[in-house]
Amino acid sequence: MIKPLRWVKQGLAIWRKDLQIEFRTRYTYSALVMFAVTTLVTVSFAIGGFTADVEITAALLWIILFFSAMAGLARTFVAEEETGTVTALKMAAQPEPVYLGKYLFNVTILCSLALLVVPLFIMLLNISIVLPLAFCAVVLLGTLGLAGASTILAAIVSKAGAKNSLLTVLAFPVLLPLLITAISATRAALGGGLAAEVRSHLLTLFFYNGVAVVASLLLFEYVWNE
Amino acid sequence: MFWQIILGIWMSAVIVASFLYMPSTQGLGEMGRIIVYHVPAAWIAVAAYLMAMLNSLGYLRQNKLQLDRQAQINAELGTVFCLLATVTGAIWSRGAWGQYWNWDPRQTSITVLLMIYAAYFVLRSAIPDAERRARLAAVYAILAFLTVPFLVFIAPRVYVSLHPDLINVQNRSFAMDRKMLVVFLASLLGFTGLYAWMYNVQLRLENLLAAAAMKRREYDG
Repeated sequence: MIKPLRWVKQGLAIWRKDLQIEFRTRYTYSALVMFAVTTLVTVSFAIGGFTADVEITAALLWIILFFSAMAGLARTFVAEEETGTVTALKMAAQPEPVYLGKYLFNVTILCSLALLVVPLFIMLLNISIVLPLAFCAVVLLGTLGLAGASTILAAIVSKAGAKNSLLTVLAFPVLLPLLITAISATRAALGGGLAAEVRSHLLTLFFYNGVAVVASLLLFEYVWNE
Repeated sequence: MFWQIILGIWMSAVIVASFLYMPSTQGLGEMGRIIVYHVPAAWIAVAAYLMAMLNSLGYLRQNKLQLDRQAQINAELGTVFCLLATVTGAIWSRGAWGQYWNWDPRQTSITVLLMIYAAYFVLRSAIPDAERRARLAAVYAILAFLTVPFLVFIAPRVYVSLHPDLINVQNRSFAMDRKMLVVFLASLLGFTGLYAWMYNVQLRLENLLAAAAMKRREYDG
């Protein structure tokens, strides 16, 4: 019994609920932004007036995005466990809409973070982009992938007793194909690589997103229900 | 006991044959002899990891802790053979490419594979409850295994690898002469036997430990 429409509707309701909670406390977002800006400033300060190679800047951008994402997304499900709202959520919705709602919320958070951090990054590190459109596509697909794979991992971590830094340990190997591809694509987009090269990377990122979301949808039930 | 002795003699014979009977390879010279150890170790590692994932899938379907134990043992054995493949690969890389490690796509993908299962063991150690550990570890094992194709199949096509290919897909050929093939297949058989024996010992041990824990709980309660 697959009812995608109802899933999306319920998922959107959960997404709206999470956004409202986030607007009240602004905890996740401010922690994420602070983390990202602190690292960014440190990097920029260390590089100083020099213009770093694209080889390095591309990797730096994704290191900043990856670790900020880990710092913020770990709380996705832990907050529900702490406030004791897990049971209510379990009664209110099926596992798949819950995953969809949380995924959409994480996507929203990460995209708004990228909107803030990436322009700052470009300004502070003095970067000129050769293929701007491709660069935007890489950042978008990359952040989507970060959210797609880490949402279910955040659920696993919350069930494992919310151990510190467990999410980073679990997410790194799973996200590494995404990060490697995103870094090469960013390098190509910044350093004037071939458009065809960027396109093949984008295709890989796209399929990674698809696999991550579909696999999470199929497996989420086993993490969520006990 | 009988089979262990056979296995011991068999593996010793393979080691001797790899140095005395097998000719040195074209192009790689004496360094090519490592193929007898490196390739079977890598194949067994992948096979064990695949078994671990199948066991995990089975656990999610049937909810039997026995399957979780099998998944754990397969993941452990896979890691042992994967480490062997990594070390022999690095030694070979030093001889053939001049460096122990240079982030060839093959080296990258094997590193990620090792890291995935390291994370898998960290996750297992973080959860005390057996049922919950089994389920979460199974989900993680499946999820992580799904990303492997991106590294194994896509990365080597995008980045140029210097790693020699044993099986040439385009020509449907197998790049070995007869003597070498005999030693190689004997080694593959030996490694498979080694894996089967280790798996058996581990499974018996884990089953006994689980039974002992159950008895203790009965006694306490």
